[in-house]
Amino acid sequence: MSNPVPLTTDHPGQVASATPPAPGRSRRLSDRGLAVAFISPALLLLLAMSVFPLLWALYLSFTDYSATRGGPAHFVWFENYTAILTSAQVHLRALTTLIYVVGAVALQTVLGFAIAYLISRRTHGRGLLTTLFLVPMMLSQVVVGLFWKFMLDAQFGVINSMLGSLGLGQVEWLTRQRTALISLIVVDTWQWTPFIMLIALAGLTAVPKYLYEAASIDRASEWFRFRTITLPLVWPLLLIAVLFRAIEAFRLFDLVYILTSGGPGVSTETLSFHVYKVAFLGFNTGTASAYGILMVLVVIVLTQLYLRYLNKLKED
Amino acid sequence: MAVSVDEAMSTGPVRDHTPPARRFGGRGRSVLEIALLTVLAVVMLFPVLWMIETSIKENRDVYAIPAKFFDFTVTLDHFKDVFVASSGRSALSASFLNSVVVAGVSTVLATVLGVPAAWAYSRFAVKAKKDQLFFILSTRFMPPVVVVIPIFLMYRQVGLIDTKLGLILIYTAFNVPFTIWMMKGFVDEVPAEYEDAAMLDGYTRLQAFWRFTLPLLLPGIAATAVFALIFSWNEFVFAIFLTSSDDVRTAPPAIAGLIGGTTVDWGLVAAASVVFALPVLVFAYLVRKHLVAGVTLGAVRR
Repeated sequence: MSNPVPLTTDHPGQVASATPPAPGRSRRLSDRGLAVAFISPALLLLLAMSVFPLLWALYLSFTDYSATRGGPAHFVWFENYTAILTSAQVHLRALTTLIYVVGAVALQTVLGFAIAYLISRRTHGRGLLTTLFLVPMMLSQVVVGLFWKFMLDAQFGVINSMLGSLGLGQVEWLTRQRTALISLIVVDTWQWTPFIMLIALAGLTAVPKYLYEAASIDRASEWFRFRTITLPLVWPLLLIAVLFRAIEAFRLFDLVYILTSGGPGVSTETLSFHVYKVAFLGFNTGTASAYGILMVLVVIVLTQLYLRYLNKLKED
Repeated sequence: MAVSVDEAMSTGPVRDHTPPARRFGGRGRSVLEIALLTVLAVVMLFPVLWMIETSIKENRDVYAIPAKFFDFTVTLDHFKDVFVASSGRSALSASFLNSVVVAGVSTVLATVLGVPAAWAYSRFAVKAKKDQLFFILSTRFMPPVVVVIPIFLMYRQVGLIDTKLGLILIYTAFNVPFTIWMMKGFVDEVPAEYEDAAMLDGYTRLQAFWRFTLPLLLPGIAATAVFALIFSWNEFVFAIFLTSSDDVRTAPPAIAGLIGGTTVDWGLVAAASVVFALPVLVFAYLVRKHLVAGVTLGAVRR
């Protein structure tokens, strides 16, 4: 599974055994003891609540264990994995997840950056504008999901009501195959555009003013300045935000659960939601564990990418 | 790179005076930009306003077709229903209380565990420090739906299913990585020389931390704790899978449970959502200076 887990976590143990409380020893050693005493409780909790469960899931993923049937677990080795990787159902969910992640993150990035750019050009009312735009991001996904469900309701939802008064037809937002996934993307975009905006704004305000001054002395066009000064300087930070959002979108569950429950049919079932169904409705714990482990692998790859860019950004 | 909303707010214009545009007037363009921003702001805020409006509407106005934007009858009945049921206290209000307990205790625990660890990571040469820190952050990125399967089995073994303690433990584990990353940034900002100087005066390292560094860290600790509080308060996946009874259930699953039946009382849902979201918005406003660090789990700072 994950390489860094066993590599990193055995260090505190080694360090602990290497530091007997010997009075009068060098300060370096007592610092070490202090470091161990301060770090190990946090690491132990993470080991117990994150690493151990994942290792258990890894073990279960090689068995045919079922949480309801009980009884002993039989080793089936890679049967679960081959079943998942060759399942057409899973392929469909992967495609849905891909469309959702790419669609939502792309929309958020474009919109968020545009709003940040517009705000960064204002002299007055920036604080107020920023604060107002940030509200959706702080809300719980439950609240957001419930509220959009109400607004998108085909009968008495306010969106259809507004469409009606504009003379447009009614749309069954959450109950038609194609519109349901679009609705999901729209709601996620509504909630997380502020996130991209906030980070893009931070990048934009950090661009040194003298660069623009130099450019305007050279009578560089606005587009040229944007392309050669603004974008290259903001891009690294923006990339971090995009990757962060991609990870979050990949593991999204709450919004699907509340907004559509995967329906209609299976048109909005993302991988997360499918895992839930296999585990808690199908009770195929072994299969669900294998499924989960595969998802964790994807997240680990994405996280590594994210951390690599983060490191690069910090070193610059 | 200065990365805080306040600075984004207070620093002057990026360009003090744009050179006179040649193609179309600078003023016309400015008006266009303001109009665009206003439209975007209205779109972003409309759902929130609609939620607040629905929470104070009479029931028949809530379901009116076409929707009533202004001429509705104002009532506070929905808010009353959130807290009071016919048989005394409502199940919803109990869930709010559970949320306060669970979010509060887990935040305190995460702070107590995370702050010392962050200090140690910042001050000492720990072996494979970078790997450890990255490992810590990546535990936070695990998909909750995946983690909850073995946690569920684990809790069933030890009898932590449907207990507040179980929720508190898992929330603490999810907030510790955040607390460490966020606090490490704050500790890095306090010069280590303060502690060195205190130790020359005869204090031990621990005393130097306790008496000199910790007081300087308090604002950072407060901001970090507020974010941890918001994360636990909003959390839904663990809450819905690990709890079931009214005595234990926190507010998010309780509010989501309101739409389970055949008819949905949207006025009540709206009022409950407003009550639930209001403290978050107030707290988020208090820590707005640290929002960038907070929402990226302490990873992006400057």
